[in-house]
Amino acid sequence: MLRVDVEKKLGEFSLSASFESEGRVTGLFGASGAGKSSLINMIAGLLRPDRGTIIIDGDVVDDTAAGIHVPTWRRRIGYVFQDARLFPHLNVAQNLDYGRRMNRLAADPAQHTRVVELLDIGALLDRRPGKLSGGERQRVALGRALLSKPRLLLLDEPLGALDEARKLEILPYLVRLRDEANVPMVYVSHDVAELRQLATQIVMLRQGRVTSFGGVKVLT
Amino acid sequence: MLDISPAEWTAILLSLRVAVIATLVATPFGIALAWLLARKDFWGKSMLDAVVHLPLVLPPVVTGYLLLLTFGRRGLAGAFLADHLGIVFAFRWTGAALACGVMSFPLLVRPMRLSIEAIDRRLEQAAETLGAAPFKVFFTVTLPLALPGVLAGMVLGFAKAIGEFGATITFVSNIPGETQTISSAIYSLIQTPDGDTAAGRLVMISVGLAIGALIAAEWFARRATQRLHGN
Repeated sequence: MLRVDVEKKLGEFSLSASFESEGRVTGLFGASGAGKSSLINMIAGLLRPDRGTIIIDGDVVDDTAAGIHVPTWRRRIGYVFQDARLFPHLNVAQNLDYGRRMNRLAADPAQHTRVVELLDIGALLDRRPGKLSGGERQRVALGRALLSKPRLLLLDEPLGALDEARKLEILPYLVRLRDEANVPMVYVSHDVAELRQLATQIVMLRQGRVTSFGGVKVLT
Repeated sequence: MLDISPAEWTAILLSLRVAVIATLVATPFGIALAWLLARKDFWGKSMLDAVVHLPLVLPPVVTGYLLLLTFGRRGLAGAFLADHLGIVFAFRWTGAALACGVMSFPLLVRPMRLSIEAIDRRLEQAAETLGAAPFKVFFTVTLPLALPGVLAGMVLGFAKAIGEFGATITFVSNIPGETQTISSAIYSLIQTPDGDTAAGRLVMISVGLAIGALIAAEWFARRATQRLHGN
């Protein structure tokens, strides 16, 4: 479960959003500049709210009144960025293993195999990120985030940098992820079709405010 | 031609030892400073930057003299280190290493700083979201990505250190076997009648070392770009 109630001023722009979601995939929908990325970065802890609270899984990660701000690296979240952000000095296998090493988790070959198969990246393990296509990079980024065993997976327009064909290539993986990976997700997008396929709940943002909240039907 | 005499060998080996120690000791400070200058904004930053670059523009004899005043037997730092840690710089090879380290420091720091500045900070953010604490981010992402720059800085610093003359001779004099490096040996040989051939040999060696270092630094710089592009 995710509970967000935050306010943040960023220059001229002010964000004030409050929602609570039990959904498997919470879609943050809105035009660019609506505050989607700021909101997801606050959930990730990369941005600090001016006022408010964020609760992930019953765990208070931000509470400005109580002076609580859990740093990003202790939030146990996974984050898939639009631009993948794979580590260029590590090969795919090492990228996948990074989160497990940083969190000092025991090796989990079964999960590793499952994620690698789910995302079809077994053939890429020895390659460097520079030698991957955009779609492959994004699949590896998904795997890397999943293998750090997050309790919440954040996806910030993960298909945004890809062309139509590549989007269609990745989308089925995201659907499988939603149905099989058992990790709740927050999915940022300005693409209605994408969210219709993936999201179970929608938070609609407009100029820094939540305008509607509910099932996928609010997208019409 | 390359019939190197024992005295010349002594100078060459001493130069190598001085330059290696100077570079190795300066490197951690160089990395820390490069990171500070690349990443942090703080009061007095431009002042610190200027002080680091000072040895590059000051007459070396001035730097040497200032080192003598500070780290000499009666200098504030020199007396303290000698009394409490037993480290003596004055007229020792360690002093030559200190002088070389100070003189080469700006050259050592610069490539390190540039390579840290070139790193995409969003990669460090990604590392944080994967559970890496700040110091782990530094050692697993920042430093490895900056490594070619760090090595380039070390090579340049080493090349500068091995050729350093003015500050070294001012600070620790020109004592064969203790503080007489290649440069000061060449200086002495030129002043001696019939020293020309020996000086010529040492000159060639020092030209060779310098060119080798520049080629190595260039190679590391090229590796840096490749690394950042993930090939």
